[in-house]
Amino acid sequence: MIRFVLLISRQGKVRLTKWYSPYTQKERLKAIRELSALILPRGPKLCNFVEWKGLKVVYKRYASLYFCICVDSEDNELDGLEVIHHYVQVLDRYFGNVCELDLIFNFHKAYFILDEILIAGELQESSKKSVSRVISAQDTLVENAKEQASSLSNMIAQATK
Amino acid sequence: MALSGMRGLSVFISDVRNCQNKELERARVDKELANIRTKFKNDKGLTPYEKKKYVWKMLYIFMLGYDVDFGHMEAVSLISAPKYAEKQVGYIVTSSLLNENHDFLRLVINTVRNDIIGRNETFQCLALTMVGNIGGKEFSESLAPDVQKLLISNSCRPLVRKKAALCLLRLYRKNPDVVSVDGWADRMSQLLDEREIGVLTAVMSLLVALVANNPDAYWNCVSKCVRVLERLTRSQDIPQEYTYYGIPSPWLQVKTMRVLQYFPAIDDPNIRRSLFEVLQRVLMGTDAVKNINKNNATHAVLFEALALVMHLDAEKDMMAQCVGLLGKFIAVREPNIRYLGLENMTRMLMVSDVQESIKRHQVQIITSLRDPDIRFRIIFIDLLVQCISLCSIRRRSLDLLYGMCDVTNAKDIVEELLQYLTTADFAIREELALKAAILAEKFAPDLSWYVDVILQLIEKAGDFVSDDIWYRVVQFVTNNDDLQPYAAAKARDFLDKPAVHETMVKVAGYLLGEYSHLLSRRPGCSPKEVFSIIHDKFATVSTPTKAILLSAYIKILLHSQTVDPELQNHVLAVFRKNETYLDAEVQQRASEYYALSRKGPSMVDVMAEMPKFPERQSALLKKAEDTEVDVADTSATKLRLMQLTSTAVVVADQKPANGVHPALTRVPSGQRNIEAPTVPVANGGQSPAPVDFLAIEAAPTHSAPESSPLVGPGDSLALALMDNQASTVQPTGSVTEWFDALCRKDSGILYEDPFIQIGLKAEWRGNQGRIVLFLGNKHTAPLLSVKAVILPPRHMQLLTSNVPDTIPPRAQVQCPVEVTNLSPSREIPVLDFSYNNSSAMVSFKLRLPVIMSKFLQGATLAPADYIARWKALMGPPNKLLQEVVRGVKPLPLQEMSDLLGSLHVAIAPGYDPNVNNIVGAATYFSENPTLCLIRIETDPADRTQIRLTVGTPDTSVALELKEYIKERLVDIPSGAAPTSLPGMPSPADDLVGPAASLAGLI
Repeated sequence: MIRFVLLISRQGKVRLTKWYSPYTQKERLKAIRELSALILPRGPKLCNFVEWKGLKVVYKRYASLYFCICVDSEDNELDGLEVIHHYVQVLDRYFGNVCELDLIFNFHKAYFILDEILIAGELQESSKKSVSRVISAQDTLVENAKEQASSLSNMIAQATK
Repeated sequence: MALSGMRGLSVFISDVRNCQNKELERARVDKELANIRTKFKNDKGLTPYEKKKYVWKMLYIFMLGYDVDFGHMEAVSLISAPKYAEKQVGYIVTSSLLNENHDFLRLVINTVRNDIIGRNETFQCLALTMVGNIGGKEFSESLAPDVQKLLISNSCRPLVRKKAALCLLRLYRKNPDVVSVDGWADRMSQLLDEREIGVLTAVMSLLVALVANNPDAYWNCVSKCVRVLERLTRSQDIPQEYTYYGIPSPWLQVKTMRVLQYFPAIDDPNIRRSLFEVLQRVLMGTDAVKNINKNNATHAVLFEALALVMHLDAEKDMMAQCVGLLGKFIAVREPNIRYLGLENMTRMLMVSDVQESIKRHQVQIITSLRDPDIRFRIIFIDLLVQCISLCSIRRRSLDLLYGMCDVTNAKDIVEELLQYLTTADFAIREELALKAAILAEKFAPDLSWYVDVILQLIEKAGDFVSDDIWYRVVQFVTNNDDLQPYAAAKARDFLDKPAVHETMVKVAGYLLGEYSHLLSRRPGCSPKEVFSIIHDKFATVSTPTKAILLSAYIKILLHSQTVDPELQNHVLAVFRKNETYLDAEVQQRASEYYALSRKGPSMVDVMAEMPKFPERQSALLKKAEDTEVDVADTSATKLRLMQLTSTAVVVADQKPANGVHPALTRVPSGQRNIEAPTVPVANGGQSPAPVDFLAIEAAPTHSAPESSPLVGPGDSLALALMDNQASTVQPTGSVTEWFDALCRKDSGILYEDPFIQIGLKAEWRGNQGRIVLFLGNKHTAPLLSVKAVILPPRHMQLLTSNVPDTIPPRAQVQCPVEVTNLSPSREIPVLDFSYNNSSAMVSFKLRLPVIMSKFLQGATLAPADYIARWKALMGPPNKLLQEVVRGVKPLPLQEMSDLLGSLHVAIAPGYDPNVNNIVGAATYFSENPTLCLIRIETDPADRTQIRLTVGTPDTSVALELKEYIKERLVDIPSGAAPTSLPGMPSPADDLVGPAASLAGLI
C-alpha cells in the first residue's frame, strides 16, 4: 500500500502531502526532510527507487516537481511509478498542461483529484476518463450551489430594498 | 477556476511564496493563524464561504509543516453542513488535518454514518473517501456493516462500490473482525465476477489484504483470479479507458498476481495449467519499447509474473526462461529495470536449480558493479556473496567478486566478505580471508581502513589468517608514521575483548611493543597498563607468541620516558622467570633482554622503533597465486593477479633501498618474503651507520641472517644484521631503451625504480606539444621533497606546472608540460628529478623524448610538384644540402625507407628513376612550417655509405634535419645516447659546390 504521497519542488518546498498511515506532524516533517535530502540530489540517470527506513520510495520528476510515493518494501515499484504518472496525466487533463503554479494555487483541486485516484493508499480508479467525469461533476455541483446562493441573496437584497 | 471566489486564499499563498526566508514565512504564517483564530472566536459572524476559506488556509499552513492546534472543530463542523460545497471541504480538510487517533472524529461519526446510509450518492462518496483515508478504530466498529452493504449492493453505482471496497479495506486493516461475517469469502468470490474494471481493481486490493492474512478462507477465489488474468492478458472485454498505453490495466494484473502469491501452492491441475498459460503469455510478450511509461507498465506486470513463477516453483524450463529475461534486464541501460533485474536475480538464487543458468549472466552482472548508483553495487555484491554461500557456484562467485573489485567498490566488497566470513563454510574461509586481505591492501581508500579490516579479519577468522597477512599489516604500519598511533590504539582495543585469538595477541603485542609509547597520554594506555593487558595473555599463548611478547615487553620498558620502577620490576621478573623456559628461543630472548634492560637508559637506542621496511612484493599475492591450482585459466583471480603484478608494487627480490640502517633482525623460520617482527639493535633512525657495520654487512643479502655467526639453535632464534648494502636506488630497466621507445611512440615508461614510476604521454600538433608526466609512487610510504625541473634548450619554450612536494603512498600525480618549438635544433630537454624515499635522497636526470621528428609531419606531393620544388631549391641560390655519409649501418633499402618513415617523412616511391634512391618529403614545424625534401642515394656495392640530400627553403632547418637524419642512420636507435656526432661534411664527392661550402660555413 502507499503510505504517503509527497509533492516537493526542486527547491525542497512542499506542494502537497497526503498520508495514508497515521503519522504525527513531527514524523511527517522528519520524513519530508529526510526524503528531500535523499531524492533531490539524485542524478537523472539513477533509478527511481530509494530505500528508506525499511520502506521504498518511488519518485519521478516532472519539470520542477518531484512526485514521491512511499510504498511497502515488497510492493511492485514500477506499478507505483505508473500510479504517479497516472495522477500526473489526470492533473494534466484537468488543468490543461499542468504546471507547478497550477498546483500551488489550486492545491485543493490537486487534493480532490488525488482522492478520486487513491483511497486508503490503494489505486481506486485507473480510468482517466472516469476520474475526470467525477471531478467535473463535483465542480458543477459547487458552481450550482454558488449560483443558487447568489440568486437567493439577490432576491433577498432586492426584497429588502 | 474554482478558486476564483477565494481571493483571500490566493493572496495568502502568494504572500507566503514571496517570503524571502524562513523567518519571514513564519511571521506571515503566524499572522494568518492569529487572524484565523480571532475570526473563529466570534464564529457567529462567519459565512460558510469565509469558513471554507479559513479552513483551506489552515490546511495549507499545516501542509507547509506548521503546527495548527486550533480550528479543528470548525473543519469538522463543515462536514455537518447541508450543502455539498461545504461538506466537501469539511471532509477533505478533516481527512488531511486529523489522523485516526484524533478525538474530534468521534463528534462526526453520526454525521458520517448518515451520509453513508443516506440516499445522496455524492455524500456517500465523500464520506467513504474520508473514512477510507483516515481509518480509525471507532469508525471501524461503527461503520463496517454499512460499508459492506454498499459494496455488495446491486443498486449502487460503481463509483460508490469501489470507494466502499477500499474503505472496507482500510477498516479491515484496523480491525480484521469487520469481515468475520458468515459467507464473506463467498461474497468476495462473487465480487470477482464484476465486469467493471474500476470496481474490480478496488475489490482486488481488498482481496490482497484478506488473503495475506488468511489464505485458507479464500481458496474459492483462486480460479476466479486466474480467470481475471485470462481476461486481461487476452484483452477480452476491456474498455478502452481501462487500458494504459495499450496494456489492459497493468495495475489490476499486478494485484491479481499478487493475490495468487499468497496461496501456498496451487494444486488443481486445470487451474495450474491455465495459470501457466497466462504466465507464459506474459513472459513471452514483453518487448522493450521506446515509450518509457509503456515500458514501465509492461515490466511491472512482468516482474510480478516472475515473482509468481518463482512462488509457484514452476518447471525448470520456465525458470530458465525467467533467468534469461532477468539476464536481459540487467544488461539494459534503463536503471529501473536494471535495478529490479538485479534484485530479482538475487531472489532467484533462493530457488534451487537455477544457479547454473544465472552463471551465464555474469558478464552483465559485472557491468552492474560499475554503476554510478551505489545501491546497484550493494545489491550486486550482496547477490554475489549469496552465490558464494551456495556450494555449486561459490568458487566462481568468489573469483568473480575478487576479480571485479576496484577502488570504487572495494570497501563494500571487503566489508561484505568480512560479514560473510563468520558464517562461511570452513572449506572456503582461508581463501576468503586471504582474498579479503589482498583486496583491502590493494584498494584501501586509506590505510587506517586497511588496518581496521585486517584486525577485524583476525578477530573474526583468526584460525584462517595466515602469518603473511599480519606481517603485511605490520609492514604497512612501520612504513607509515601517521598510522602508528592509530594502529596501536586499535590493537589495544582488540586486546580488551573477551576472547582474543592468538594471532591477534601476536599482532597486538608487536604493534604495542613498537608504538604504545605514542599513546601514553591516553587513558588506559600507560606503559604499565599496556604491559599488564598484554601480559594477561602470556600464560595461554604458544611459544613463538611468547617470544614476540618478550620483545614487546622490553620495548615498552625502554620506550617509556620515565622508567616506572614497578613496571621495571614486573618486566624483569618476567624475563628472569623465562630464562629457564623450555624453548631455546624464549630462553635466549629472556636472558638477553634481561641483561639489556639492566643496563638502563643507555640501551634505549638498541630498542628503537623498527626502521622502515624495504618495499617488496606482497607475499599475499604470491600465496594467492599458489592457491590458484584448481581454477580455470580464465579465472578472474588469475586475471586480477596479472593486473596486480603489472601495476605491481615491486618486483620480488628488490634490493632494499632504504639507505643505511643496520639493524639486528630476527628472521622468522621459513619466511623470506616479509620481514617478521624484528628487534633493532643499532639505531634504526636516520643516522648513518658506523663504517664497521657496513663492512660486516657486505655479506650476501638474504642468506646473511642464517649464515651469521649470531645464529642460535634453530634459525628462528637468529639475531642477525639486516641486509643493507645498496644505498643508491637503481632503475628497474634501461633508461635508454625507455627513451628510445618513447622516441618512436607517444606513451610509455620514461623511468622506473622501486619507489617511483614515471610514465609519459605526449600529443603533438604542429610546433606545439603537450607532455604529461605521470609520477606514480609505488611505495607504501609517501615520497617527500619531490622535485621535477626541466631544463629547456634555447629553441624551445616549456611551460611546466608545479609538481606537489609529496606523493602519497600508491598515488599517482600528473604533471603536464606544454612545449613550443621555436627554431630548428637537435637539442632535447632534460628532466632533473629528485625525491626522498624517507631514507635517502634519490636524484637523476632524464632526457625527454622531444626530438626533431616529433615536429615533422609527412608531406605528400604530386611527382610534378615534387620535381618542380626540387628544381626551385637547386637554386640559385642553392638550398640543397648534400653530404656523403660513411659508416652507415648496412640496411636493406626497405628498412632504410621504413626508418625514414618512422621519422615522419612521407616516402614517395618511384619519384626517383633510380631504384637505389629513396626520396620523401615532410613538413617541419617550428615558428613557421617549412617543407623539407629528402633524398638518400644508396650504393648497392657498398651499403655503408650513402649520399644524403636535404632541401628546404630555410637552410638552418636543412642543416639540423640533415644532421638529425644522419644520426639516425649512423646510429640506429639501439642504446647509445644521441650525442651529436661531429658533422663530417665530405666535400670530396660534392657535385654541388655551394652546398658544401654552405655546410662548411655553418
